[in-house]
Amino acid sequence: MVYTYDGTFDGLLTTLRRIWQAGGEAISIRPQTGAQHDLFAAGTHVTTDEVTARAVWANLLRWLPEQARETLYHVFLAEQPDSESLIYRYVRRVIEQKGADIREQFTDDTVRRVLDLSRWLKREKHRMEAFVRFEQTTAGLYHATIEPDVNVLPLIAGHFARRYADQQWLIYDKRRRYGLRYDGRRVQVVRPETAAPMLASGEPETRNQKREALLPAALAEREPTFQHLWLTYYTSATIAARRSPERHRRHLPKRYWKHLTEKRPAHLLPTMAEQAARPTTTPRKEQGRRAREQK
Amino acid sequence: MNADRIQEKLAILADSAKYDISCSSSGSKRKNANGGLGNSEGNGICHSFTEDGRCVSLLKILLTNYCIYDCAYCVTRRSNDVQRVAFTVAEVVELTMSFYRRNYIEGLFLSSGIFKDPDTTMERLVRVARELRQNHKFNGYIHLKTIPGASEELIAEAGRWADRLSVNIELPSEASLQSLAPEKTYHDIELPMELIRDQGAAAKEESKIIKSAPRFAPAGQTTQLIVGASPETDQHILTLTDKLYRDFSLKRVYFSGYVPIREEGPLADVVAPPTLREHRLYQSDWLMRYYGFDAQEITTPDAPNLPLDIDPKLAWGLRNRDLFPIDVNADDYELLLRVPGVGVRSAQRIVAARRTQRLTMEHLKKLGVVLRRARFFLVADGPVPFADRQLGELDSVRLKHRLLTLDTGARRALKQSQLSLF
Repeated sequence: MVYTYDGTFDGLLTTLRRIWQAGGEAISIRPQTGAQHDLFAAGTHVTTDEVTARAVWANLLRWLPEQARETLYHVFLAEQPDSESLIYRYVRRVIEQKGADIREQFTDDTVRRVLDLSRWLKREKHRMEAFVRFEQTTAGLYHATIEPDVNVLPLIAGHFARRYADQQWLIYDKRRRYGLRYDGRRVQVVRPETAAPMLASGEPETRNQKREALLPAALAEREPTFQHLWLTYYTSATIAARRSPERHRRHLPKRYWKHLTEKRPAHLLPTMAEQAARPTTTPRKEQGRRAREQK
Repeated sequence: MNADRIQEKLAILADSAKYDISCSSSGSKRKNANGGLGNSEGNGICHSFTEDGRCVSLLKILLTNYCIYDCAYCVTRRSNDVQRVAFTVAEVVELTMSFYRRNYIEGLFLSSGIFKDPDTTMERLVRVARELRQNHKFNGYIHLKTIPGASEELIAEAGRWADRLSVNIELPSEASLQSLAPEKTYHDIELPMELIRDQGAAAKEESKIIKSAPRFAPAGQTTQLIVGASPETDQHILTLTDKLYRDFSLKRVYFSGYVPIREEGPLADVVAPPTLREHRLYQSDWLMRYYGFDAQEITTPDAPNLPLDIDPKLAWGLRNRDLFPIDVNADDYELLLRVPGVGVRSAQRIVAARRTQRLTMEHLKKLGVVLRRARFFLVADGPVPFADRQLGELDSVRLKHRLLTLDTGARRALKQSQLSLF
């Protein structure tokens, strides 16, 4: 039997319930987003039901410890082609073994893959807690853009809310086109298409508010200063005699550099206020051309 | 704030602080309970990595590089011809807050050259921490360097604001300290270490009775010693390390491979930092703290220095072939930990997995055991390949040779694990 769902976690949980009601057999479960059509295996589409989803999520605890349940959520966030079937197989196995703790059956492929994906998620979560770089905007909002390998925003929300309890912040996942915004009290999901209604104040939407919510808007006056200071600190902390590009890249893979203030060349950082008159942001191409002309 | 001036000071005072190896921000749980800024959740975060591959977790700076002492190994010694600058308390506070708000750092690691006298210096360090905690509701991590010779009251206050305190033992022996840092003695250094230990223990006792009792440096104290600037053997260093852990209940002992910083004087012939030696010392430190090894097992009287070509655990295994093979299906966890190629995690997994089934080599691979090394030291169910049986009969010298030459993977793994301990 083939099942399709709307791609949300609630949808998947609803689907699990349906599969069990129908006797517990599934060939595949896949997200059905808009244009996708599978002519050969036109399966049953399950309509997401939040109440059912919540009940299934709660019921899972009858079968598995909370930590194991959490790993299943990680598998979902890993967005792998086999994420759904892994979750299905894992739960099925637990139920077959009458709720035995199967987390330690490392020699089983399903258990190990679930564990591996969960570890991947945790590593990426940890990396994002480390690599988010906020820029302060004129409105006082601390804004960051990230492009994580997997969907970690739901996992890092709590960390940032606890740590930056007294500042407004927004972390935007550019790859998945949604962000989290914290207004000093709670965290909310924001999307480019619905940005304005999500603003905490509930004020009428304006073009600027929409922009402000999701894009790095105009930077606070002293923001460039702090970015340059950070770059100075980062550069000075290196011990030249121990330089090791290999080790450096292993800990700080290149794909993350784009959004790291300290890994951007100084001339690409925002210009310092007092240097505003100087053309320090000349693109590299332009610089190269000028250099050649001078010769 | 004059940005250019701050930038200049930051460059100098970060540069001078970088020889303090520790950047750890772990071991403290501080909640953001007052609705202020920041918290510590026990495990520190490395927000970035320098080009030498070290973790950047804290804003690690000196308050000033003015110093009345003349320690040969130190870049800020008074006889060194460098530009001298000093931050104000307000400047350090602002840098810390602004960096923290941008998620650059976990907190502050503040040290200082000793200007005027120990108390004046210590008072200034304490003031930075107090301002951050009291006036700015800063709940991020604070590590303060404790200045030998500072008064007991100041150290007590430092412990009230800071998560961690540290006093550097500097060199592995009193004799070396005398020759390279004639103005310092072990006695001066051990005194604040004792104070920190005792006040920490007292605060812990008190908090058992009164839950709201003020805490004292909850992430404990650490120390650092310089390796490669003086002639002590690794055996000497490991024995000292073990003693320091026990005498002062230290959280960590850091080894700082001496980075040559001057071309003349007593340290003129040191040319490159002993990075690999430093790494082997950290591996040994790990073996003592997590693998149940004793300082005296890791080196021998005949070979008091750690081998550089193989890791200390493999070296121990090769010296003690008669204790092997270990049976993964029967032997205790403590013995599993002794197998080269089996780490804490894989040992735990073996113990868990063998409850439900007998384990084969194939299983071990899935559990994360590094079979390239481990297969010579353990037995599991199932057939043993003929080639392995032959290798297993080699004597230790030949086996080591095999592991080093044939087994490029293990070499690579060793190389790659360098400095990963930070």
